[in-house]
Amino acid sequence: MPTVSVKRDLLFHALGRTYTDEEFDELCFEFGLELDEITSEKDIISREQGDTKAEGASDVILYKIDVPANRYDLLCLEGLVRGLQVFKQKMEAPRYRRVSPVSSEPQRLVITEETTAVRPHAVAAVLRNITFTQERYDSFIELQEKLHQNVCRKRTLVAIGTHDLDTISGPFTYTAKPPGDIRFKPLNQAKEYTAQELMSLYKTDSHLRHYLHIIEDKPVYPVIYDSNGIVLSMPPIINGDHSKISLNTKNVFIECTATDLTKAKIVLDMMVTMFCEYCEEPFTVEETEVVYPDGRTCQYPELAYRKETLSADFINRKVGISESTEHIAQLLTKMCLRSEVMSDGEQIEVEIPPTRSDVIHACDIMEDAAMAYGFNNIPRTTPRTYTVANQLPLNKLSELLRQDLAAAGFTEALTFALCSQEDIADKLLKNISETRACHISNPKTAEFQVARTTLLSGLLKTVAANRKMPLPLRLFEISDVVLKDETKDVGARNNRRLCAVYYNKSPGFEVIHGLMDRVMQLLEVKPGQGNGYHIQAADGKTAWEPSQWFKLDSVSFNGN
Amino acid sequence: FSPAQETLLQRVEKVDGGLDSQDVATSLGVDHQAIVGAVKSLQALGDVISAEQRSSKHWELTGEGCEIAEQGSHEARVVSSIPKEGMPQSQLMKLAFGKVGFSKAMSNKWIRLDKGHEGGPRIFKTVERLEDLVRDKLLLVQKGQASQLEEKEKNELKKRKLLSEVTVKSYWITKGSCFSTTITKQETELTPEMIASGSWKEKKFKPYNFEAMGVAPDCGHLHPLMKVRTQFRQIFLEMGFTEMPTNNFIESSFWNFDSLFQPQQHPARDQHDTFFLSDPAQAHEFPQDYLERVRKVHSEGGFGSQGYKYDWKIEEAQKNILRTHTTAVSARMLYKLAQQEKFTPVKYFSIDRVFRNETLDATHLAEFHQIEGVVADYGLTLGDLMGILHQFFNKLGITKLRFKPAYNPYTEPSMEVFSYHEGTVLNNGFLRCRSELTI
Repeated sequence: MPTVSVKRDLLFHALGRTYTDEEFDELCFEFGLELDEITSEKDIISREQGDTKAEGASDVILYKIDVPANRYDLLCLEGLVRGLQVFKQKMEAPRYRRVSPVSSEPQRLVITEETTAVRPHAVAAVLRNITFTQERYDSFIELQEKLHQNVCRKRTLVAIGTHDLDTISGPFTYTAKPPGDIRFKPLNQAKEYTAQELMSLYKTDSHLRHYLHIIEDKPVYPVIYDSNGIVLSMPPIINGDHSKISLNTKNVFIECTATDLTKAKIVLDMMVTMFCEYCEEPFTVEETEVVYPDGRTCQYPELAYRKETLSADFINRKVGISESTEHIAQLLTKMCLRSEVMSDGEQIEVEIPPTRSDVIHACDIMEDAAMAYGFNNIPRTTPRTYTVANQLPLNKLSELLRQDLAAAGFTEALTFALCSQEDIADKLLKNISETRACHISNPKTAEFQVARTTLLSGLLKTVAANRKMPLPLRLFEISDVVLKDETKDVGARNNRRLCAVYYNKSPGFEVIHGLMDRVMQLLEVKPGQGNGYHIQAADGKTAWEPSQWFKLDSVSFNGN
Repeated sequence: FSPAQETLLQRVEKVDGGLDSQDVATSLGVDHQAIVGAVKSLQALGDVISAEQRSSKHWELTGEGCEIAEQGSHEARVVSSIPKEGMPQSQLMKLAFGKVGFSKAMSNKWIRLDKGHEGGPRIFKTVERLEDLVRDKLLLVQKGQASQLEEKEKNELKKRKLLSEVTVKSYWITKGSCFSTTITKQETELTPEMIASGSWKEKKFKPYNFEAMGVAPDCGHLHPLMKVRTQFRQIFLEMGFTEMPTNNFIESSFWNFDSLFQPQQHPARDQHDTFFLSDPAQAHEFPQDYLERVRKVHSEGGFGSQGYKYDWKIEEAQKNILRTHTTAVSARMLYKLAQQEKFTPVKYFSIDRVFRNETLDATHLAEFHQIEGVVADYGLTLGDLMGILHQFFNKLGITKLRFKPAYNPYTEPSMEVFSYHEGTVLNNGFLRCRSELTI
């Protein structure tokens, strides 16, 4: 769940009223958001670094709001306010329009062949005659960062660059060059660097070093130039200092380079829809033409409005309510999905705006209708599905045995299914290759190297962790181990095992033996060779440990 | 039984009210602890005597105080040790009582110091006789007449560490409800011999002590989490849900993610969140036509969906993982259901282990259990989903529920359930269930 941090008073100012914390919490709940925390910059610093460091930090109240991961339109104050205002029917959802430039050709971004090797896609747009304040500027920067973290998958899929259009001149070229050939003054630096030098420079930068790997080893790095050879940016790492945005910037050129074109378009749409509010002609975005290596051209941003048709009946049936067509259209409009009843009185035409790229199926629309109606207003009913339940026989048996093992005086343990290689091999005097274990490729620690092939390791660890407890310790576990099995579609299967351990100052083999006899008795298996059960020593492989005297033997039951 | 106990009983019998244990000890000439011991033993026999604890304070001489009582205060001794012709200061200081005595004797004006004397500073007596008040006071206390001194005087001596206030504990002993001068031991247990011989009729039995705890039974125990699982399992069965076979921790990405419409670039499929297998690394069997349909919906859309519009790769789907949710099993079951000739409505459930590749801390483990329920039928509604959840929680004794819209890549609509209690909304991760309604 991404978290958006907004200044409470700014938020209330934009919403046109104040709320108590409880009221706002309630509003968030209805809308599908969560007011996670009410804090201030001072509080945050105080918590993380101590009170002295927090001296002089801002006291301004911040709301930290959790937002669903697929709602890119709620990742900044502007989007939140718009969403909430439309939800409360205080305003209509704005209509975003792409417009041609007033008196000239649209800006052009030319993509060259070389980019296909490293980062093939790019889209762009212009925000004309925008007015920034400090807050708007901060929000603008913050949204880019949030999008980078979320839908852009840490800049690997998409990277956003924003520039002061008045400091550069088109047409712009998006190309890729060997790192040695790229030289510019990056953002907030005093001198020029080559791309190679930048890679070294940013290795120690706490923020940027995480993105270097995206292009580091490529033969060519992406780079955007203007017509005078000024570098706008070297995506996805850093923008040029020359074109940086300030509070005085009036015209913004936004470019998104990407490995996923669909995502790039979504991200561009998000950036422009959120901030075109501050343009002289609000909610308009100036078009940009992108030219592909093959000569094709495309206008951006897409700002597509899509239409879907569904019936009121569909919504009513799925949700379990019975609302009129008009009311449902109203509910959807509250969610920024402008809807109109069609002439037949039954169908609804739903318009999905570019800010709702999360709506990809009729069921998404249905969910929004339900949210607008209020989940807690929907009558809770019982489905008329009549079914007779069945237990999984394996689980049924396990449940029965558990009870009897506890009745026999043993205590149930619950141990991890993942462990280290030593746990199932070396410590049991076995070779790992004999174990048929499944190995994990990306364990964070040695404790997650393999899936267990025996329950014994876990129980022994439990004993070790509890050896100060009063003796004897009598533990058992009935659970699954994992074994390789070529006959299964995934190449492995679980195997249900029962394991019991007795730990005391004296060995007590007869205790475990007795327990096993009891289990067999419960399972109605008689002792004896042939059709019953018997014990035999396991090939001389016994584990003796000086402080714990026990012997491991294998128990062989006919067929298993 | 000790003579102390017998004597004590006799004394108690003779007296009308009660006795103080300290007094008894003094009059018998024994240590007070001996009397305390006797009291305790008598108490163990039952209600023979009644002993009330009391404490009193009295003043006692410290070791140093005793020394002074005997030999006189430091300052007095200083004076008496100085001959007519006086004594060099240095010599006086060498005496044990010299230092302290000197300053006190000076302030009492019993001596004088001639700094300029030839041969070094010399001390002379100024009085012939003196009243060693300090010693007198201490002697009074020693004789047990501390009350004759004022509090101020006693506190001053206390400051000089010559007196200390001691708390004395004693018992006020009176007759108990079963008082008798003869001590009979009470039996603790009835034995077969007593029954056989009939001797039980003459014995007195000690009453049971119900204030103490009993003997903890030496029994086995079930694990608390497993007990909860049993309870949930029971609830599902009562509601007609059939148990799914979830005994496969290792799952392919296809069933765990792709078939559930989780896109291949989704962060949850990251190395950081999911455990991938190096051996066996890939699954090698899939229902081919279903796989094709899944591919299509992801990359192009279909069934009314816009899809995610990206290049779907089979290599990603083949990757084996430790399942991140049991919904993978639900997907398999629903696929099987779809293969049936004739559709039958079903209710499935499972409670089993899932894995995520997280850094462990106090509240996060790499393995945990997930509760899953699926209902598949025609005409199911969101209201039905909420109704089932409501009934489920009712059976847990939780009746107040609120539902909040949430987001899951593969369930739409999705919700989180909050149970609340008198106004507080509890966000309970544990109670966050995955319920699917396939409509």
